[in-house]
Amino acid sequence: MTVEESGLIYKTTTEIRGPILFVEGSRDVAFDEVVRITTPSGYEVTGSVLDVSRDWAMVQVFGETSGMDLNVSVRFTGETLKIPVSDELIGRVFSGSFEPLDGMPRPLSTDLRDINGGTINPAARAVPSEFIQTGMSAIDGMNSLVRGQKLPIFSESGLPHNQLAAQIARQATIPGKEEEFAIVFAAMGIKHEEADFFREEFEKTGALSKSVMILNLADDPPIERLVTPRIAQTIAEYLAFDLDMHVLVILTDMTNYAEALRSISIAREEIPTRKGYPGYLYSDLATIYERAGRITGKKGSVTLMPILTMPAGDITHPVPDLTGYITEGQLILQRELFLRGIYPPMNVLPSLSRLMKDGIGAETTRKDHADVSNQLYMAYAEGTRARGLVRIVGVVGLSERERTWLRFADEFEQRFVNQGPYENRTIEQTLDIAWDLLAMLPEEDLIRIREEYIEEFHPAHKREG
Amino acid sequence: MSLAGTIERINGSLVVAKFEAEPKIGDLVEVGNMKLMGEIVRLSEETAYIQCYEITSGLKPGEPVLDTGRPLIAELGPGIMGTIVDGIERSEIELWKLTGPFVTRGTNIAPLDRKKQWTFEPKVKPGDRVIGGDILGTVQETASFQHRVLVPPDLKGTIESMEAGDFTVEDVIGQLRTPEGSVELRMMQTWPVRRPRPIKERLPLEMPLMTGQRVIDTFFPVAKGGAAAIPGGFGTGKTVMLQQVSKWADADIIILIGCGERGNEMADVVAHFPEITDPRSGRRLIERTVIVANVSNMPVSAREASIYMGVTLGEYYRDMGYDVAVMADSTSRWAEALRDISGRLEEIPAESGYPAYLADRIAEIYERAGRVVTLGSGQRVGSVTLLGAVSPPGGDFSEPVTTHTLRFIGTFWALDSELAYRRHFPAINWLRSFTRYLAVASRWWSQYERDWEQIRAKALELLEEASEIEETARIIGEKALPDEQRLVLLLAEMLREGFLVQSAFHEVDTYCEAEKQVALLKILIDFYDMVEPLIHQGVPIEKVRDLGVVTELMRLKERKGVEPIEAAHAEMRRQIDQLAEEYEVAVR
Repeated sequence: MTVEESGLIYKTTTEIRGPILFVEGSRDVAFDEVVRITTPSGYEVTGSVLDVSRDWAMVQVFGETSGMDLNVSVRFTGETLKIPVSDELIGRVFSGSFEPLDGMPRPLSTDLRDINGGTINPAARAVPSEFIQTGMSAIDGMNSLVRGQKLPIFSESGLPHNQLAAQIARQATIPGKEEEFAIVFAAMGIKHEEADFFREEFEKTGALSKSVMILNLADDPPIERLVTPRIAQTIAEYLAFDLDMHVLVILTDMTNYAEALRSISIAREEIPTRKGYPGYLYSDLATIYERAGRITGKKGSVTLMPILTMPAGDITHPVPDLTGYITEGQLILQRELFLRGIYPPMNVLPSLSRLMKDGIGAETTRKDHADVSNQLYMAYAEGTRARGLVRIVGVVGLSERERTWLRFADEFEQRFVNQGPYENRTIEQTLDIAWDLLAMLPEEDLIRIREEYIEEFHPAHKREG
Repeated sequence: MSLAGTIERINGSLVVAKFEAEPKIGDLVEVGNMKLMGEIVRLSEETAYIQCYEITSGLKPGEPVLDTGRPLIAELGPGIMGTIVDGIERSEIELWKLTGPFVTRGTNIAPLDRKKQWTFEPKVKPGDRVIGGDILGTVQETASFQHRVLVPPDLKGTIESMEAGDFTVEDVIGQLRTPEGSVELRMMQTWPVRRPRPIKERLPLEMPLMTGQRVIDTFFPVAKGGAAAIPGGFGTGKTVMLQQVSKWADADIIILIGCGERGNEMADVVAHFPEITDPRSGRRLIERTVIVANVSNMPVSAREASIYMGVTLGEYYRDMGYDVAVMADSTSRWAEALRDISGRLEEIPAESGYPAYLADRIAEIYERAGRVVTLGSGQRVGSVTLLGAVSPPGGDFSEPVTTHTLRFIGTFWALDSELAYRRHFPAINWLRSFTRYLAVASRWWSQYERDWEQIRAKALELLEEASEIEETARIIGEKALPDEQRLVLLLAEMLREGFLVQSAFHEVDTYCEAEKQVALLKILIDFYDMVEPLIHQGVPIEKVRDLGVVTELMRLKERKGVEPIEAAHAEMRRQIDQLAEEYEVAVR
């Protein structure tokens, strides 16, 4: 972080409590101001002011406090946290607190942006409505992504969410337009090999030259994770709304971010709510997620794909739960499907894309898309219900109708959801597979599809015609 | 009167300041050199605790604070209808013009446009005696909305002068002689948002708010002047449902409060409402809609204020004699804002960190709904119907906001994620939802169908019975059930697909008029009544399911008007008769 070398230095730290420092006798300190902390041995870390009175300040430290003593020098810089932005950021790799990791010099620019950003005025937002083809049927067909949307992946440890995110980053295009996405990738507390996987993936496809990577890895200071996603979003906003680029932001893993927030909250002795997380977790997550979108009159867009692992696969855990209330849907990966060898192991039933309705239809995908998707949902839900029944009464106990649903569910997972990690399907192909599957069902059961679409797209009618 | 002070401490949105004299709790203050807006929430002699409506980063202890001497108020007058404002009533369109697409702090603009002129037509003349609430005159604010300019609640006297013509909201339109002297009358008045506007008397609720949504109108109606809550986990369709109700409800005025929700959803409303034609007037829906948008990444304290702002606007239009529907999405975010502020004030929390007064605050808000005789001479009637979304953590309805809300509302639309997963929308669970306005609705519906209440009860009974049978079916399989029970399952399926499921995106199905709702429900129940004797006499259920009319009955909702239903009735009769003949059994 570039901060002017100025400001008063205090050596009056009276208490260090976990990631928090108390400084006595401070004067003229602003709330949220950036602080530089230097240990007598020369180790320097950044922090920011959390609570301030006339003669004391509480500082959160974005680095290690273990090993520190009360003799640290604390310099209040008089600035809030800002980063320099320019087009030279593209292709670079930085640490979670914006130190270069690629051996190149620190970026220079006179254009400094506050990492907390501003709030996009709701009246100035443009409705995201451009369909992004990811080449994956489970997404394109049933949970379509649009430019400017925020769509998280809810996963569990050990599931291929990284592979899925990389495939989306690789394949995402707007049909008919050959514009590629610039990628801003922010890692919070993930393992080295996971970060390497992304770097290699981006390298292989040439995406690295149009990406910015901000990496806070598992062995980096946890509190640094509080600024990592904000730096990523600041860069994304700059690329999108100043340089007219279409940006895809991948944030992984938001659960680690939330844990960092929790540890600060606990150190501050705040009243915890569920699972020890602070009551403001929702609002805090919103200040990161809500920065995605489109603005009327601007060409670029910020599309956001946060990845989070649900502890013990629990979707009601505060992090996925509150995320789901902010984002425009969610893609849910499930261990059961993964074990059955389905890739992507996406459970489409609880997955959802709220902005799908604006992105699909006659002009962008195909007029039958919405109805087909709806019908697939209904049929698959019936199929999984029948699957539950089989466990109790066996296949013989099922009615003929239930057996059909059951067969449908199996085929749906194998042929529609399942695809190769390098298989890129067009939306036409996706919908055609869907119709092939729906043709297994009696026509009168296709109640969610308009009759005229059945006439036009049902394979049986197509053959006749 | 304004009082000066200085900042002592800043902790997030909470600012502690010391004043030279005691300020008043609830006063609006300007904080720091940036003049951020805030409100005094706690007082201890000269020390005031201020919740700031804007982000406080960069504020320093020692900076000045100015008490404006007045509480948070709403400016009421022409100029709000059809616009989008934030939680403290600043026009977001004006803010956009002024500061660009990102909200900038310390931009203090007046809610009502001071320059715009409105054509005012007086309804009173010099010499008339008026009291608070009387109509002074009217302004055609939008093509579908006539603004009635009212005498402020606390004034009465004799009109000395009154002029017609084009005026701004601050121009003097007339003079009123009161016992205390002559008072200038203007089109604008103000009201503190946290105080309910006075009324003459509360009236019993008399008719349902018709929304064109079958599961609501037929099964769980809300009365005009009543209150309803919509709790549901994420993805269960709260927002789409509130938007559907906003689009189609037969209220005169719609107020949509986006409280701590998604910016893109607000953008969606702003973009699409102007395109939607009001089914009753043929005019644009936006012309009678106000949007209060305080999205999730705006400061929490302004979010807390936004609900009061929306309700106060609603009461103001009610006082003109209109039926107003106020939708709040989501009250949970409002409660969280309350919790946040309470936590920073270091109050002792009750459940889940919420303050002990949470229930009182929820009650205060829902009690502002009602059907009333407004202030003023005569018997002008208006109503505020309040619909609040609740976002329970983890979809768990036993959490404090949901449980407290249930105590103060009349209709409960329980959204169900299982239904949402199979894309059964609106995902209102018919077993868990309830309405306390059945008597009101029943009186109203009897104009279409004498036996409405029985038909509705029968449908609910069948749905309930089906869910019990399904429990059994889960253990022994549907095939092993007797045909009578399988018929109940078939009918439940037909009710679900043919009646309860309603597509917000289908051009016909999105709105279902009352007449069609009754006809649809009736034909489905008739089907059951006609087929049941056949099953009793041994006709196999498969034969009934294979009747062509079964699919047609489920598709009737997509057909325009009631004629197709009448046609289907005849066809149904024919097919059932034929089946009876085939098996040589008697029909009813």
